[in-house]
Amino acid sequence: MFDKLKNMIKSEENTKTSSTKLSSGKKLKIGYIHLSGCTGDLMSFTENYDELADLLDAVDIVYGQTLVDCWEMPEMDIVLIEGSVCLEDEHSVKELKEARDKSKLLVALGSCACTGGFTVYSKGGQRAQPQHSSFLALQRLVKVDMAIPGCPPSPQIIKKVILAAVNSDMDYLAPFMKFTENQDACGCDLQKRIINQSICIGCGACAAACPTRAMTMKDGRPSFNCDRCVKCGLCYYQCTRSWWPIDQIKKEMGLE
Amino acid sequence: MGGKEIMIHDSALGPHQEILTARATDKKILGKAQDGGIVTALLVYALEKNIIDGTIVAGDGKEAWKPEPIVATTKKEILKSSGTKYTMCPNLAMVKEATRRYGLEKMGIVGTPCQIMGVRKMQAYPMGLRHVTDKIALIAGIYCMENFPYDSLKAFIQDKANTTPEKVVKMDISKGKLFIRTSDDETAIPIKQTHGYEQSGCRYCMDYVAELSDVSCGSVGAKPGWSTVIKRTDVGCSLVDSAVEDGVLEVTETNTGKFGLEMLRKLATNKKKQRVKNVDKALDLGLEVPFTRSDLKEDILENR
Repeated sequence: MFDKLKNMIKSEENTKTSSTKLSSGKKLKIGYIHLSGCTGDLMSFTENYDELADLLDAVDIVYGQTLVDCWEMPEMDIVLIEGSVCLEDEHSVKELKEARDKSKLLVALGSCACTGGFTVYSKGGQRAQPQHSSFLALQRLVKVDMAIPGCPPSPQIIKKVILAAVNSDMDYLAPFMKFTENQDACGCDLQKRIINQSICIGCGACAAACPTRAMTMKDGRPSFNCDRCVKCGLCYYQCTRSWWPIDQIKKEMGLE
Repeated sequence: MGGKEIMIHDSALGPHQEILTARATDKKILGKAQDGGIVTALLVYALEKNIIDGTIVAGDGKEAWKPEPIVATTKKEILKSSGTKYTMCPNLAMVKEATRRYGLEKMGIVGTPCQIMGVRKMQAYPMGLRHVTDKIALIAGIYCMENFPYDSLKAFIQDKANTTPEKVVKMDISKGKLFIRTSDDETAIPIKQTHGYEQSGCRYCMDYVAELSDVSCGSVGAKPGWSTVIKRTDVGCSLVDSAVEDGVLEVTETNTGKFGLEMLRKLATNKKKQRVKNVDKALDLGLEVPFTRSDLKEDILENR
């Protein structure tokens, strides 16, 4: 997986350096697929348009419901998928499987795609599709190469991920490959994977990251209100003690 | 001033450009603050110079000596929050709130070493912090050996010092003792007796001097009433340099000897050596500790 991505991103880098020569014609083919999500991830992505305009020039968006007039899914280098997959919606399942077959790198963008997000609460019975009742993180059905959590992921992280990809910075992207191992998320992760492991230091990062105030701090420890949790996983991923990217931090601070 | 010096890479004290001994010149700050009043003085100065427009600090909570994070946007608020409280205060919980409800564009953050680690992680991987990390302007760290849950603190105050939190006017750790002072009494508890009362997460912390902050300080290595200030990043260096130039901080000679920087280095090194063993033990037990085994580290003192 690592090598595959590395090779592909290398080719992207080559594309970038030669992008002034349009005749080379080897632009990276990107697709964007929208499954069961709220479009928040796409909106967060678009907040970067000003800064990424040049970059977007260097890639070809070849597939995407609102972006490209294309009905037949083409072969893609990278496909970004927003939203969870609904088992009762045969088109979603088919599109996801097809995207896996036709893409070199499949990226779950946003918590609904990474962990199911708030769609895991669905039990069906809602209009206009009462039979739609089972929603899953993408990696339950297909192999996902990178998971970028967030509800939505901040514009800042999306920009950093894109720049890392362009600069072949595999070290920066490595955690997102690791995140694909988590098929679900919950505020309980803080209790089970941090407090119960005796590593909580009561810093409050989890509470800051929570988009719904399900996580607050009480007596120097996270206090979790499950009723408010949207299962995005941000409290765990943003926790100071869940994983420790010291090399990236040093790099960004110019301390290497 | 503010010229870029060379970064010194030091695995015990963290990367830094210069270490000096200083204190605030403002008597009001010195009266209220912990040692040299450096953090308070620097935050007030940064606010006045528009380097920050507000800062997250450990403010007063509902109970005595149980702080809560607050966003201070005036000199008065910063002064009111000065002085060390030896229990957890989840300052990072406020970073989003500070940019939303308080509208900070240039946020200051004060924190313990572990909290500073959290801020740097947020900056490197801001998944869940939309438009927050780009507004962090100053990160000030304080030295920390370990931290106590509030009930541990209460045990010291009630059982060892035979008083109540409300009556305590100052707490201080120096010369290997925890001092609890009321208006008419003082109790000294040897630090050794506080072991077992610290929060368990501290057992794996390999940072004593807030290595990743812009500037960090604490009493160790300085004579009473002064602080040892470690200038780290360019942001921290230029802030300290101009505060000294403008007379906000006064500098005295730094003691590099046994009770000076040698002591600071010894405490930092001992903390790291002890904690790295704890990390090994926890990993042997199969716990999810995010740090590296000592035998896989090039330098066992490194915070990784």
